[in-house]
Amino acid sequence: MSARRPYVRPMTGWWRKNPFFIEYMVHEGTAFFVAAYALILLASVVVLGQGEAAWNRWLEFLMSPLCIIAHVVILLAFLYHSWTWFNIMPRTLPPILINGTRVKAATITYGGLAAAVIASLIVFAIVARLAP
Amino acid sequence: MKRSNAPIFWLLFGAGGMVSALIGPVLVFITGIAAPAGMLLPRELLSYANVLSFSQHWAGKCFLFVIIFLFLWHSAHRIFHTLHDIGLHAGLGAKLVCYGAATTGTLVAGCALLRLGW
Repeated sequence: MSARRPYVRPMTGWWRKNPFFIEYMVHEGTAFFVAAYALILLASVVVLGQGEAAWNRWLEFLMSPLCIIAHVVILLAFLYHSWTWFNIMPRTLPPILINGTRVKAATITYGGLAAAVIASLIVFAIVARLAP
Repeated sequence: MKRSNAPIFWLLFGAGGMVSALIGPVLVFITGIAAPAGMLLPRELLSYANVLSFSQHWAGKCFLFVIIFLFLWHSAHRIFHTLHDIGLHAGLGAKLVCYGAATTGTLVAGCALLRLGW
């Protein structure tokens, strides 16, 4: 048995002391909502294989106010993820050079957000066309 | 030197992060809010016949698989790397739980989608 009791710096709540790290933890936390949505889709394809009656029960659940409110919360987390993803992208991408000058951070961020808006409109338009 | 497998996980994290940033919000809005509430989209969009035929079409089937697969791996990787920040040792156990869950989910999604037929 060793008599040494080395000091271990406590880890609890360190990030709550600095707004920068609070934001960091919140944007990392969006992963839980992405996982939740993936699991909802996963459950949907599994239930779909169990036949029409099972699907209709699942659909009833999806249409319940509680489930729709949960999706609103998930949507907010996704929107925050989109914003932070493109906000951080200038620092996660290797430097992009055009004619020898580095592309500005704002160009990457707003370019990414514009791409997200366009892609979302295309997806919505396709779904609206598929709709009966 | 043994090659690291880390780039594969980072690639999946990046791909999932990018797809979810681009079209994640609109997908949540369509499947979780607009169609179930009958707002902007009809409720029949999610009827058994409709969803089944979408999932039996090769494009719909591939789309659903890619979305589930990438979203699961993106979140598993992000959660795994954030464990360290809340003081949990991100060792082999945590790796097995995070990536194991993503692998299981991917396999279940793949089997379920294949069983729905074409």
